[in-house]
Amino acid sequence: MNAFKDAGHLFRFAGLFVIAFLAFLAIRAYVVPKSFGQYGHYRGAAIGEIAAHTVKFAGHQACETCHTDILDVKKNGKHAHVNCEACHGAQAKHADDPASVTPVKPDTAVLCARCHTASAAKPKGFPQVVPADHSTGLPCETCHNPHNPVPGADAGGAK
Amino acid sequence: MLILLPAAAVAWESVLAGTPEASPNYKLTEHWWGMLIDISKCIGCGNCVRACQTENDVPDGYFRTWVERYHVSDENMTTPQVISPDGGKEGFPVASEDGEKYFFVPKLCNHCADSPCTQVCPVGATFISPDGVVLVDQTYCLGCAYCVQACPYGCRYIHPAKKVADKCTLCYHRITKGLTTACCEACPTGARQLADLKDPKDPIHEFLKTHAVQVLKPQMATGAKAFYNNLDGSVR
Repeated sequence: MNAFKDAGHLFRFAGLFVIAFLAFLAIRAYVVPKSFGQYGHYRGAAIGEIAAHTVKFAGHQACETCHTDILDVKKNGKHAHVNCEACHGAQAKHADDPASVTPVKPDTAVLCARCHTASAAKPKGFPQVVPADHSTGLPCETCHNPHNPVPGADAGGAK
Repeated sequence: MLILLPAAAVAWESVLAGTPEASPNYKLTEHWWGMLIDISKCIGCGNCVRACQTENDVPDGYFRTWVERYHVSDENMTTPQVISPDGGKEGFPVASEDGEKYFFVPKLCNHCADSPCTQVCPVGATFISPDGVVLVDQTYCLGCAYCVQACPYGCRYIHPAKKVADKCTLCYHRITKGLTTACCEACPTGARQLADLKDPKDPIHEFLKTHAVQVLKPQMATGAKAFYNNLDGSVR
């Protein structure tokens, strides 16, 4: 007896099922990105893409390789742990090409006041002044070298 | 056999894909990033907010990090008044010397180990990387904003031009190159410090042992990795 005598319709259905499954695999291989699932339910290559973004703040290590004179002025002062770019802004372009990209000197009237304007919200030990009373309109660097700000600690203005 | 095929396909794909090109000496499995924020050192200068906007091209009016100023009045200790004018980018109005409690709280993505934001993404566009940074794959994101409403800390937004979710990457492009984040680099008082919890030499371990450190909304069990020192109980 032929067990598959009346099973033609089942084979046709099974054939359809196989074709649909192969189509599913083909579409899946096409639409799912290569690295999807590499680390989890996401595209693994995205990690490398995000890591490849451009750096704009060079980092104080980069500054210190050239500006050793400033480092010497800074290192014993109260601003020893203030990184260069905290005041001078993002300088990666300058670090990459020091000859053609020259940083603009920051305006001390704005810069110093940002941190040192007196406010009850600031930590009690932090040096704070009321700018109008403290300087009578003189620029901060008349008395303070921003790289070593205690007056008399280092002769001269901003270096 | 048929059931096994998709799993086999995934395994084969991961073999084909190889490792992503980050930094040559950077190993994903050797880091677990977080941040230490010392409230008692923050002066509210807004340097971190400006640095973040510069480093990451954050559009005006949107923030990956911002600074809040809390005012806890003597009459109502449990309902603080919080201000954050333009994210604290240009500093804050002078707080009056009325003897009440004022302090600054810098905020950013907490890079939660069990983050609600990554769990709700319907397409797998946001995830926590193997080194503990919550990232968005902006080429895959649909901009549905589920994650924006899922974040308990309000750290995400829909980028107005790209129309996809955007958030703090913990300056992933910097920390994988051995640099610190832009906000930490620009912070003049050391109130923010990048921390690598898998690095035994990182001072974070000693700090966590010797200080009363808290995370935001611990009751939500998000596994937040932005550690706050001297955090006031009124901070939400």
